[in-house]
Amino acid sequence: MKLDRTSVALLAVGAVLIAVGPVLPKWGVSLLNVSLCYGIVVLGMMLMMRTGLVSFGHGLYYCIGAYAGGLLDHYLKLPDMLLMVAGGALSAAVVATILGFLLAKYRDIFFAMLSLAFSMILYGLLTKSASLGSTDGFNVAAKSIAGVAVNGEGRQFAAYALTVALAAVCALLLNLYLRSHRGRLAEAIRDNELRVEYMGASVRNIVHLHYIMAATFAGIGGAMMSINIGHIDPEMTYWPQSGEFVFIGILSGTGSVFAPMLGALLFETIRSFAYEYSPNTWQMVLGITMLIVIVFLPGGLWSLFRQRRAP
Amino acid sequence: MTAILVAAGLNKSFGAVTAANDINIAVERDSVVGLIGSNGAGKTTFINMVTGYLKPTTGTISFEGRDITALAPRQITRLGICRSFQIPQLFNSMSVAENLLVGVGIMASAGSDWIAAGRQTGNPGEAVDAILDQFNLGGYRDRQAGLLPEGTRKLLDIALAMVVQPRILLLDEPTSGVSADEKFELMDMVMKAVRETGVTVLFVEHDMEIVERYTDRVLAFYEGRIIADGAPATVLDAAEVRRYIIGEQR
Repeated sequence: MKLDRTSVALLAVGAVLIAVGPVLPKWGVSLLNVSLCYGIVVLGMMLMMRTGLVSFGHGLYYCIGAYAGGLLDHYLKLPDMLLMVAGGALSAAVVATILGFLLAKYRDIFFAMLSLAFSMILYGLLTKSASLGSTDGFNVAAKSIAGVAVNGEGRQFAAYALTVALAAVCALLLNLYLRSHRGRLAEAIRDNELRVEYMGASVRNIVHLHYIMAATFAGIGGAMMSINIGHIDPEMTYWPQSGEFVFIGILSGTGSVFAPMLGALLFETIRSFAYEYSPNTWQMVLGITMLIVIVFLPGGLWSLFRQRRAP
Repeated sequence: MTAILVAAGLNKSFGAVTAANDINIAVERDSVVGLIGSNGAGKTTFINMVTGYLKPTTGTISFEGRDITALAPRQITRLGICRSFQIPQLFNSMSVAENLLVGVGIMASAGSDWIAAGRQTGNPGEAVDAILDQFNLGGYRDRQAGLLPEGTRKLLDIALAMVVQPRILLLDEPTSGVSADEKFELMDMVMKAVRETGVTVLFVEHDMEIVERYTDRVLAFYEGRIIADGAPATVLDAAEVRRYIIGEQR
């Protein structure tokens, strides 16, 4: 298998980030952790957007991933990072496989609102479930990685390194998929579903597959976020959370698998600084940022790089 | 010669409107069949039924002896029946080469081999170049499909139908919107490609010059019925065809 420039760059950036992890300030590690977890989720959003669909309820799978990982720790006493991430990814994929049979039939605003409805149903269920901590949620404490016990700073670095590695691997896999025959159909479906069907491919099956893939990325991002933050609650599936993913998706653009990571990093940086220096108006700062991107970079941040590279 | 496509007792109604009324056709392999008729005569309805977009109210359609009446468009395409459209259906944001690459990719992932579909197989660029050459589209290789002139869009639409290697090609008004100077050039190119690959062709056409020149059989539709069926010269001279379809032009 031959890796393209993007794949090689992903592996290189991932390796560098892990290598410099021990010397990064705490705030830097924290910023990267949150950004990369969001970036992993938005990779899935990007795949859906390339297929012509926007989910207003992607928080559903982010939350499922987090709760699945958290429950492994909380109830099954399996506080291993890799197991928690695998559990989160698998749970999200299973739920998406079931819901996808319905959602893959819908397009445009109907898809968006139906996905939002499912995320809000989960929110309602979680807030009413006392055994899952109701609106308060519960704490999560991963204590090992691949069976090796970690604690203190070692635990923090392990979580950081795993976040970076997962972000690089997820982006790499998505990049390989987008270059494949089936991956190329995403944009074809966005352009002209009728023609895709008349060329012999099942649009519904491909949309369903992409939905499952997007959910799996969200599950991984959610589980990893719960490990990094150490707490989960129903807000993870509340509509503003899904709105943030859409925000980052638009901010990033769909031009490259690097874009969601950069978009998430920019989003988190702006939010952190805006909250620090303008705590009463930070939402306005984000709103203005979105306005600027839509007006000047309708193709998202990545279009900036494309324009620069163009002769 | 043997029939590759058989339509038996096809009827299609949209409420009180009858778009197909007892259509019975057997299309022979390697033939070029022209479908003529005024607007609303049932030509496109027939093509839509053959390709699975519409289901007949009654009647059956079989392809190479297999009943395809209830199959979805993609299943019918997989069997070997492809079509072009009156309004070209392209991937407008992609380049011409990328449009064709989509088709090459779908062919590479024929059946349900998800592993093959998920990886690059062979050199898809070679397959694309061959089609670009076949349809003389090489000069437009990197041009965005949405910005092409209409004649080129028509050609690309037909190339997209051919890229999935059909055994029957259905063309819906291939020369509509194409200038008088270009229409023979376009049809010559399409017919050359078709003959090289041994594809059976059915095409809907309003231009009788095109019909006379390129078909070896003509079906004349009127109010959902076939009113004449035979060699081009015979059908175009038939009294009913002259009265209802050609008018006093001839």
